[in-house]
Amino acid sequence: MKEHYHHELPQATWTHWIPVALIVLVSLLYLYLYFRCLRKGGRSTFLQVGSFLMGTLLLTIALWPSVMNWGHSDLRGHTVQHLLIAMYAPIFLVMGSPVTVVLKAAPPAWSRKFLQLMKSPFFKFLGHPFTAFILNIGGMFVLYLTPLYVRSLEDPVIHYLIHVHFLLAGYLFTWSLIGPDPGPKRPGFYTRLLVIFLSIATHGFLSKLIYAHEYPRNSPHPVSQIQQAAKMMYYWGDLSEIILLIILFTYWYFNKGRPQQNLSIIRKKTNYTK
Amino acid sequence: MDIKIEPSAKKSMWAAALIGIGVMAAVDEIIFHQILAWHHFYDRSTTDIALMTDGFLHAAELIAIISGFFILLDLQRKQTLVKDKAWAAFFIGLGGFQLFDGIVDHKVLRLHQVRYVDNLLPYDIGWNLAGLILLGTGLILLRRAKRRKTNGPSA
Repeated sequence: MKEHYHHELPQATWTHWIPVALIVLVSLLYLYLYFRCLRKGGRSTFLQVGSFLMGTLLLTIALWPSVMNWGHSDLRGHTVQHLLIAMYAPIFLVMGSPVTVVLKAAPPAWSRKFLQLMKSPFFKFLGHPFTAFILNIGGMFVLYLTPLYVRSLEDPVIHYLIHVHFLLAGYLFTWSLIGPDPGPKRPGFYTRLLVIFLSIATHGFLSKLIYAHEYPRNSPHPVSQIQQAAKMMYYWGDLSEIILLIILFTYWYFNKGRPQQNLSIIRKKTNYTK
Repeated sequence: MDIKIEPSAKKSMWAAALIGIGVMAAVDEIIFHQILAWHHFYDRSTTDIALMTDGFLHAAELIAIISGFFILLDLQRKQTLVKDKAWAAFFIGLGGFQLFDGIVDHKVLRLHQVRYVDNLLPYDIGWNLAGLILLGTGLILLRRAKRRKTNGPSA
């Protein structure tokens, strides 16, 4: 069974470029829709465009054929891919509000239909931070603690599906916590904070489990490589969750400040002292 | 309608203490785990339950630092931040956590030790003394802040 890992990986053929091509296509589509919005009289926010393109850039790096090969043969490579696809890229993609861009460019009837659809109990359940958390971190527990990881090395279909799951679950998780895009109704600040707390804790716990018990079991990776990968997962994972926390608290700061600030401005303007 | 600004000393102190606790926990992780490698990322004796508690403590520490920082920013904006009391509470947080870690975690629960050597005593004394000094600094600052408030105009 382990012989598989010793033979040379196939040279990159055009099929290996499909993920990168898809990402480039999505970026171009985003830009096209964005400029159409602008022409319709939408507000321009270059930060938003930059954020989305940064997200697609990170995805491109993660899915570049040579990085894919690295991730296939080396758990550290796999970890870098995972961090980029499931944790860092989603932050930038979500902050680029792609759904808003699509809705603004689409016919109004579509947008109305979309918003109506988002009111359904199913999407409300799916968009809840806790559901997203389970899909995100639960998927990782299953991948590393069961034989699934070793199966994914042998079966390219499972391999691709896992990457797709990483991206979708990571995106959903990030959106449910800090997403500016419209969607199903989400719980407020304290629930989201609790979910980030659980996420940091379980992510760190899983990293240390991997380090301590040399998961994934029966993989071709040497112990030192697994331990290095676990440490990368721990520290770089932390940093991405710190970014989530800072964005969440920034929202808190501005939402809390709004009425207060208005009051102080009014007070200054009118010299109202009592 | 009364919109007089009341300084919120209590809130300032809580927020700063949160930062103090979180910073000390982070210093412990960065200096002793990473730079000196006196304690380890994981050692063989650690149980899975301890790994899980570690994760929760670590998450709490990150949230403590960031939430404390944002609460202080909010108080600053509202002009209700009591700076000298906040500094006092920051040091109380630093020292309090250091002492708690030194006595409860190291000695009572025996989660891990300062360093894995034969003669642990100097390390334990150093650790807890540092905690006491920080805590003492905080308490002195607090007394000075209180005295300043009763004697003259607050800072």
